[in-house]
Amino acid sequence: MRVLMFGWEFPPHIAGGLGTACYGMTKGLAYNDVDVLFVMPSASGDEDESAVKIINASDVAVDTVSATVDEFLGKVQFVHIGTNMVPYVDPSDFKTIVEEERKRQIKGFRVQYGQKYKFSGKYGANLMEEVARYAMVGATIAMQYKDQFDVIHAHDWLTYLAGIAAKQLTGKPLVVHMHATSYDRASDDQVDTRVVDLETKGMMAADKVMAVSELTRNICINRYGIDPDKVVAVHNAVDFSGREKLEVERNVKEKVVTFLGRVTYQKGPEYFIEAAAKVLKRCNNVRFVMAGSGDMLNRCIRHVARLGISDRFHFTGFLRGKEVHKMFALSDVYVMPSISEPFGISPLEAMQTNVPSIISKQSGCAEILKYALKVDFWDVDAMSDAIYGLLQYPAISQLAARCGYDEVNSIKWNDVAAKIKGIYQEVIDKN
Amino acid sequence: MKKSICLYFQVHQPNRLRLYRFFDIGKDSHYYDDFANRTILRRVAQKCYLPMNALLLELIEANKGAFKVAFSISGSVLEQFDRYAPEVIESFRKLAQTGSVEFLSETYYHSLASLASPIEFKNQVLKHKAAIEHYFGVTPKAFRNTELIYSDAIGEMVYDMGFKTMLTEGARHVLGWKSPNFLYSCAQAPSLKLLLKNSSLSDDIAFRFSDRGWSDWPLTCEKYLSWIKAAAQNDEIVNLFMDYETFGEHQKAASGIFDFMRALPEIVIKDGEFEFVTPTQAAKKHRPVGDLDVMDPISWADEERDVTAWLGNELQNDAFNKLNDQAEKLALLNDEALWSDFGHLQESDHFYYMCTKFFSDGAVHKYFNPYDTPYEAFINYMNVLSDFILRVDDAISVSDVNFAAAKAAKAPVKKAAAKKAAPKASAKKAEPKAKKPAAKKTAKK
Repeated sequence: MRVLMFGWEFPPHIAGGLGTACYGMTKGLAYNDVDVLFVMPSASGDEDESAVKIINASDVAVDTVSATVDEFLGKVQFVHIGTNMVPYVDPSDFKTIVEEERKRQIKGFRVQYGQKYKFSGKYGANLMEEVARYAMVGATIAMQYKDQFDVIHAHDWLTYLAGIAAKQLTGKPLVVHMHATSYDRASDDQVDTRVVDLETKGMMAADKVMAVSELTRNICINRYGIDPDKVVAVHNAVDFSGREKLEVERNVKEKVVTFLGRVTYQKGPEYFIEAAAKVLKRCNNVRFVMAGSGDMLNRCIRHVARLGISDRFHFTGFLRGKEVHKMFALSDVYVMPSISEPFGISPLEAMQTNVPSIISKQSGCAEILKYALKVDFWDVDAMSDAIYGLLQYPAISQLAARCGYDEVNSIKWNDVAAKIKGIYQEVIDKN
Repeated sequence: MKKSICLYFQVHQPNRLRLYRFFDIGKDSHYYDDFANRTILRRVAQKCYLPMNALLLELIEANKGAFKVAFSISGSVLEQFDRYAPEVIESFRKLAQTGSVEFLSETYYHSLASLASPIEFKNQVLKHKAAIEHYFGVTPKAFRNTELIYSDAIGEMVYDMGFKTMLTEGARHVLGWKSPNFLYSCAQAPSLKLLLKNSSLSDDIAFRFSDRGWSDWPLTCEKYLSWIKAAAQNDEIVNLFMDYETFGEHQKAASGIFDFMRALPEIVIKDGEFEFVTPTQAAKKHRPVGDLDVMDPISWADEERDVTAWLGNELQNDAFNKLNDQAEKLALLNDEALWSDFGHLQESDHFYYMCTKFFSDGAVHKYFNPYDTPYEAFINYMNVLSDFILRVDDAISVSDVNFAAAKAAKAPVKKAAAKKAAPKASAKKAEPKAKKPAAKKTAKK
């Protein structure tokens, strides 16, 4: 079986969890004898191609699908106006971004049309434009490799237009993969309607929709109005191969409770702070760490100062690569209080480092993790209770650490990929 | 009687903190960015301290004692001079020897101790006095608090320490219709005389001198003297207080600031209406025209002229409180390194970096700030402070063990003593210090 996969990023150059998930998934698919042609906007050449063949969209000229490209431009024209993907820019910045974009597009489109386009592959201000171009290039690639795949698999809304185009041109079945929804990225009143529109288009055109959890599956059904029979939950796994056990010398003698992730509204950082204040009232041998950056960071810092706990509550800023592992290794308890989390890979990483985890019931991974403590994100009392228990009673923390370790090590991409292969088979048979 | 012009220059450099991360807590207790501190100090010494000191010496000698200035030099910057540019101390010493230069008293660490603790405030004033005597052989008689911070209560503390003269800001919201160009007295300690800064005339030099957008640019000595005359038409004294770094650092040499200062004394002296005085001389020469009521602390910073540049938001308040909470524990300890770090962490600059008043005075704040945002400043400071608190607590527990061991050694049952002392290997280290309990206060100086 062969699959044409549209992704946005691939290790080592990743900004979010999407690249990591794609990497693990393709390796699992290879193990299950599925050949993967992986298309990404901007490959750097140092990607691990042991399990996939990577096609760099920046190397492909758009000239073979002239008719469809015109049609495409017509369809996606709307996304060129006001391509503001930068959250919380103030009105004056917004105006300049929009105006610069418009000028650039008028100039750029004429030059770029029919030529190679250098994708940035980042999540920047001109993301929407890249998404549209990626669709054009994707269509070209689909035609070029027409005889080399049986099914199309598109990851997240960024690649859906490309997936749709490939399906229309080749007639092959399309599977789209919802790693997150617009409703996880922002609160209801701030949802980007253009993204919602792309997501809906993709899911409507798809033969099957894969969601990373039941939680996300429900959002697809209830918020986007997708046919329940069409949506299946496919939980993520984690690839821990090649990770060495990191030996770190602890720097503080107190226990460390960690929040690690983007400091944004959806991740619930303020509930973590409130819980920390409650725990600190009861016991003194603990420090809290908020690792990560985001638009809520400054507000959180003020919040901590106002509660008067800043000598026990530390901020590390954005951590990368090894620092993340180091942070886990230094932690005694990991907390993920997300308000809405499609899946949430970090508790699995924490548990793999023998760190007991507390996760919100509103996160997708809560559906498959038995040995993580689960609380409602808004229930600060329950959260502080769980933190206190894990800190004070060795029996429960040891159990959570030991069984959690075994549990996450049994969640394998190979098994997930087998499930995905079954779905591929289903849509191919139907086609 | 001639009217007076009183010039006072503030000399201070903070000990900037290095990037100190959570991972460093408990592992590395060196807090300072030595490279930045040395680089900046050397630069300012070359551009400002050395050339300006040379110029002032020349002017004092040329005018045969008719030209006088006052300096307040923080202990923090004295330490840096000692370490990175001892020639600057030498040049200040030469100025001291002329007898026309007054050295003022302040808190050693350029700190906000006057707002936190009378005991710590006094400690630092005494420490600074000792330093000035050591370096320049003079005993400071007039007092100026960090950033000219003043209130009735602070005035009383200063008077109780034996000072008769104090410098502060001529804050408009305190003065109301009154003019800053007179001598005033402290409401709570009427014998303490107050010299008030004339903001407008001081800022003409300190902030506006090189501003080509300013309608009065370029500023000449004649024009400036005419403004002084106009301002003090019916008044007695004009106090021009500013950062010493104004000369050559904030206002570059190319702006002509040195030429301006070179010409100013002679023009003033020749004109004859004004004479130069030092703060102590001014307090003797003039009589206070009335009391000044200052309930809430004032300072020379920002539009508000209050202390909100340092203690105006929750970040600053929390950091400040957490720091001052350590004083009680430290009082039990005789550890020079801890006391020194405690002092340097009190430098007002650290709190200034956490200021969020970006809109009205953001430009000035940005200039003096090594951090991109107040939040970064806060995080970094709190990480350092957390390590410091760990060290203090460790030292306390060690001294507790020593105390218990000493007590137990005297007790008849020797076994118990051995048990208590044995588990703490580090207890041995601290023992020699414990032998001289009376040395605590002297060590701090």
